[in-house]
Amino acid sequence: MANILELVHVSKSFDNEMVLDDLNLEIKENTFMTLLGPSGCGKTTTLRIIGGFTTPDSGKVLFEGRDITNLPPNKRHLNTVFQKYALFPHMNVGDNIAYGLKISGKSKSYIDSKIDYALKLVNMDGYKNRAVTQLSGGQQQRIAIARAIVNEPKVLLLDEPLGALDLKLRQDMQYELIRLKNELGITFIYVTHDQEEALTMSDTVVVMNQGYIQQMGSPENIYNEPENAFVATFIGDSNIIDSIMIHDELVRICGVNFPCVDKGFGVNKPVDVVIRPEDVILDEVGKGQLDGVVTHLIFKGVHYEMEVMAGGFEWLVQSTVLQPVGKEVSLRVDPFNIQIMNKPASEDEEAVVVDV
Amino acid sequence: MSKNKLLSGPYLLFILCGTVIPLLAILYYALVDKNGSFTLRNIASVAEPVHLKALGLSLLLAFICTVICLLLAFPLGLLLRKSGGKNKGFVIFMLILPMWMNFLLRTIAWKVLLQKTGVINSILAALGISNGINIINTPYAVVLGMVYDFLPFMILPIYNVMIKIDNSLVEAAYDLGASSFKVMKDVLLPLSMPGIISGITMTFVPAMTTFAISQILGGGNIYLIGNIIELEFLHGGSRNVGSGLSMVMMVFILISMALLNKFDKNGEGTVI
Repeated sequence: MANILELVHVSKSFDNEMVLDDLNLEIKENTFMTLLGPSGCGKTTTLRIIGGFTTPDSGKVLFEGRDITNLPPNKRHLNTVFQKYALFPHMNVGDNIAYGLKISGKSKSYIDSKIDYALKLVNMDGYKNRAVTQLSGGQQQRIAIARAIVNEPKVLLLDEPLGALDLKLRQDMQYELIRLKNELGITFIYVTHDQEEALTMSDTVVVMNQGYIQQMGSPENIYNEPENAFVATFIGDSNIIDSIMIHDELVRICGVNFPCVDKGFGVNKPVDVVIRPEDVILDEVGKGQLDGVVTHLIFKGVHYEMEVMAGGFEWLVQSTVLQPVGKEVSLRVDPFNIQIMNKPASEDEEAVVVDV
Repeated sequence: MSKNKLLSGPYLLFILCGTVIPLLAILYYALVDKNGSFTLRNIASVAEPVHLKALGLSLLLAFICTVICLLLAFPLGLLLRKSGGKNKGFVIFMLILPMWMNFLLRTIAWKVLLQKTGVINSILAALGISNGINIINTPYAVVLGMVYDFLPFMILPIYNVMIKIDNSLVEAAYDLGASSFKVMKDVLLPLSMPGIISGITMTFVPAMTTFAISQILGGGNIYLIGNIIELEFLHGGSRNVGSGLSMVMMVFILISMALLNKFDKNGEGTVI
């Protein structure tokens, strides 16, 4: 697949504060790509640079190989769904959706059929003549999406579009967006700080922090094989444990040697180990790899969440089987569930550029 | 509830003495003759050529003044919105600064500036321009005075509405392909409407009813409806005729406001 968008050595600072530092990003045609990170990580700035609302201090934006860095937003073949919907309050639903088409001089019949098509697509049939101010947040969001997609953009930019919706509606809209993307066959670039949203919808997740890309990959890849402690803690719960790589495929965690599958970290080298709480298996004392005692227990609905003191580390464990507080247990981790990461040389290096 | 009524007491008393009673008095005088018997002649006197001419001139000058104020204020609002920096407060401050001085004083200052041998002409003469500007005692000077006095009342409501327009609406319009002009016409102008309506109200009404500006800068040659009413009340005319004309003028203003409010669908920001 060809790259539809490329950011090449893009840097941007506001008031001497570096927001993006030498960012490189390639976006393949017809993918759902999510820029994920905490607030202030540069994800929204990245989206605004792609949309043309912010000009980078240096670097280039390429659209289908063509340099569009200095092209204003009204000349770009992209459309944006804004965080706060940004529907025109003085126009009704139909006029909002028609706005872009009217500007490009489409015929009345074409515009009308497009409005109907878009309203159907976002499940808002029959709302054409309603005032946008009378719509609920979720409905406004759908109209904002309809207004963007009728222009048949090759790339749709979405800036935390579900941020203001409640949980149930947000989950419904996530499925709607996936369906829309598949029906339209265009590229979605989606900005969010919600890791669950990112994992649910994306083909590719780009985890950002402090203006750098921390890791880029499929949701499974990001979740199962985080490349550094930031990614591991930001995406889901995890146990991150100071450990020593004895040699290839063997790591000493909490004084016990665990077989693992990673290689190439050297011999007797300090590393960080990531183990997801659902990958820790509790067994009867003596039957696992490391004995400990349950210290906390919380019921979470789908599973129980327990903390187990073992080997001087408080392990976070998720299991559908309850183990009461004070019970002695034994921990076991399958080799392929142990993820080894190099230790950062310094605090700053948590934000290194990761080549993908 | 009764506590609230108590709190509103002073204001209600003020309204009663300052608005309701005087209005009723004007209405009474407008509908009776010198001897106190009912007549419509006071109101009908608006049809006298002198009065019609004054009313027409008042409408015309107030209209011109309002248009000029609007043409100055709207682009300034756009500019202030766009600049968005630290200068904003300073520009607004400079606009409001003259308002801290009594407007009669400011109007008289214009008279001094504009006189045939006044400051402006002296400077022009010193620069070798002998003809100078001769607009004192003409409607031009009156309009200039009106614009100078009432411009802040146009700028402030427009500015207040404009800076509150969410910038993402402007970005959304650009995003959908609109040019700068289209963004202005389709988004900023309609959304500024409440402020514009409010500004027009606050400019047109005082300009329509002024008599001081026309007296000072018109040199006794320009008779607006306000001047006629003043003459009738204070300078040997009939207060009945004055009251009759006042009622007519009020009706004119109410009609203008009603027409304006029709444009302002949301009803935000209007004064009346």
